[in-house]
Amino acid sequence: MLLGPGVTWWVVFFAVPVAILFAYSFFRRGTFGGVVYDLSLDNYRRAIDPLYLNILWFSIRVAVITTGLALLIGYPAAYFIASSPRRLRLPLLVIVILPFWTSFLIRTYAWIVLLNPVGLINRSLQGLGVTDGPLPLLYNEFAIVLGLLYAYLPLMILPLYASIERLGPSVREVAADLGAPPANTFLRVTLPLTLPGIAAGCIFVFVPSLGNFIVPELLGGGRKIMMGNLIQQQFLQARDWPFGATLALFVVALMLVLLAIQARILNRERSQASDGR
Amino acid sequence: MKGSIRPFRSLALVGALALLLAACSSDDGGGGGTGGGNDQNAGDRTLVISNWDAYMPKKLIPNFEAATGIDVQLAIHTTNEDIMGKITAQDGGGFDVVFVSGPFVQALVAQGWAAELDHSQIPNLANLYPEATQLAFDPGNRYSIPYAWGTTGICYRTDLVQQMPSSWDVFRNPPADLAGKMTMLGTDRWLLQPALISLGYSINTTNPAQIEEATAWTLEAKDNLLGFDDTTFYSKLVSGEASLVQAWDGWCEYGRADEPKIDFVVPDEGSDVWTDTMVILASSEHKEEAHEFLNYVLDPKVGASVSGFVLYKVPNEPAMESVDPALLEQFPTLALSPSDLFQQEAEEDLGQGVSAWSEAVAQIKAG
Repeated sequence: MLLGPGVTWWVVFFAVPVAILFAYSFFRRGTFGGVVYDLSLDNYRRAIDPLYLNILWFSIRVAVITTGLALLIGYPAAYFIASSPRRLRLPLLVIVILPFWTSFLIRTYAWIVLLNPVGLINRSLQGLGVTDGPLPLLYNEFAIVLGLLYAYLPLMILPLYASIERLGPSVREVAADLGAPPANTFLRVTLPLTLPGIAAGCIFVFVPSLGNFIVPELLGGGRKIMMGNLIQQQFLQARDWPFGATLALFVVALMLVLLAIQARILNRERSQASDGR
Repeated sequence: MKGSIRPFRSLALVGALALLLAACSSDDGGGGGTGGGNDQNAGDRTLVISNWDAYMPKKLIPNFEAATGIDVQLAIHTTNEDIMGKITAQDGGGFDVVFVSGPFVQALVAQGWAAELDHSQIPNLANLYPEATQLAFDPGNRYSIPYAWGTTGICYRTDLVQQMPSSWDVFRNPPADLAGKMTMLGTDRWLLQPALISLGYSINTTNPAQIEEATAWTLEAKDNLLGFDDTTFYSKLVSGEASLVQAWDGWCEYGRADEPKIDFVVPDEGSDVWTDTMVILASSEHKEEAHEFLNYVLDPKVGASVSGFVLYKVPNEPAMESVDPALLEQFPTLALSPSDLFQQEAEEDLGQGVSAWSEAVAQIKAG
């Protein structure tokens, strides 16, 4: 009975749309847009052109860097929140998600105000005599990573917090009592036991980073293109839905691989936990 | 099982926060609602219109409603592609009147989604300039009424450039002080235009060799750019972040309204002429009201108010004649005559050539 809504949700919002994308990927664009129902593999042949594979590769690189940085910043932050006094945890978590109460677009534009060559940061640095000319902070890969990191960091912190909090201080205390130095306790106890949280956080950050098209457009100055932009361009500007669907399937496939890896980590965790009992 | 309650509580808390977060961040996409255009009771005097944001004086719709008793629901689209997507998703329905650019009139007609206009219901057609009745994408205004038109050129800060620009080549071979201080338009049709015009090719070309050459030209230019920008280029000029940008004439005027040291020039090699139009969809059940709206917009007073608000020229002769001369002096591109304008090449739909164009765009952006 409980499965009903979950399965319905999955079918309506995942299986059916992906099936439609899959079907479209074998058709072709009509002369004035629209879809012509001629079966062929042309879209796949076109999608594996080095041009598009390079864009996919660049997107993966940006998403991996963003995810790595989010983990490096998010883990200590989540650890700090989880080990704060109980009454401070909720306020701290609220602070983490507070930026989401304003529009993502406005927050992204705010970065332009800060980072642009005549913006606040560059003017301050030059005013203080730290730099001679403006630093190239905007319209490059650095700005894209920064924007994505800023946007998705909370999605890393929340699952990490959940798993660190669930672990509680007791296992760490046991490890310390048994003589493990703090570094060992962290590497051999805390880190492995919070692996499910790490996996969830990484997926929550990686997947939307790969598909985001607003940040590359605004902070990247449209000079770099990611999968999200490419797909958006095909669906909207080129009105080539079949090719856009093919490209979208590549991203869906990548996401499924990641989810499979996450499921393995969770399973291993569970079987180890049950072995221990 | 010590602490078996605690993890559950913290998970629930995190879950709730995540939901909240998802709800709050879901507003980053484009506008959604399209409204139901095809009401069942065709007897109602209603209209669903979709236009670009801020592309109509705020009072135009209320005044029209007051004058005719027709109830208007105004939807907003961000781009031609956006409204085409919405219409396609509803198989040609959803709206009574849509505002689209010339090439998209061709696409709508080709799909059978544009209604043939009944000229007897639009007496104000007589106000159109002769040029506006012979547009390449719709000769004789069978399916569309032009709303505003203009050209693309170079918009620049007179105090930040050493020399007045006169050629598209400035993007490829800029003087040292302009390198990294320029933007170009990033959407398909305008991205390749400076290259195609410089190389002497048609802006509507679908010849792969010509597109390839234009791609190489634009890739060279890209090294000199601050970025590609379709929406905020004039504010970059105002702030001084950029010194020179590829711009539509009216949007350059938005910049000039804030910073008088901004000027606009059509490069010597020439440019395009684009036309934004109003089209009635074939699926509309309120065609009579839709014709009334088109006729209302063609009224000289209404046309003049449009021009004064959007700072673009309107194809309405008595309307342009009645525009305040002070405004023409402040915003000189408003004074460009149709004969000036139509020395430029008109944009047309690319048909199947679109794939080659979008591939070129991906190549330029990824390069």
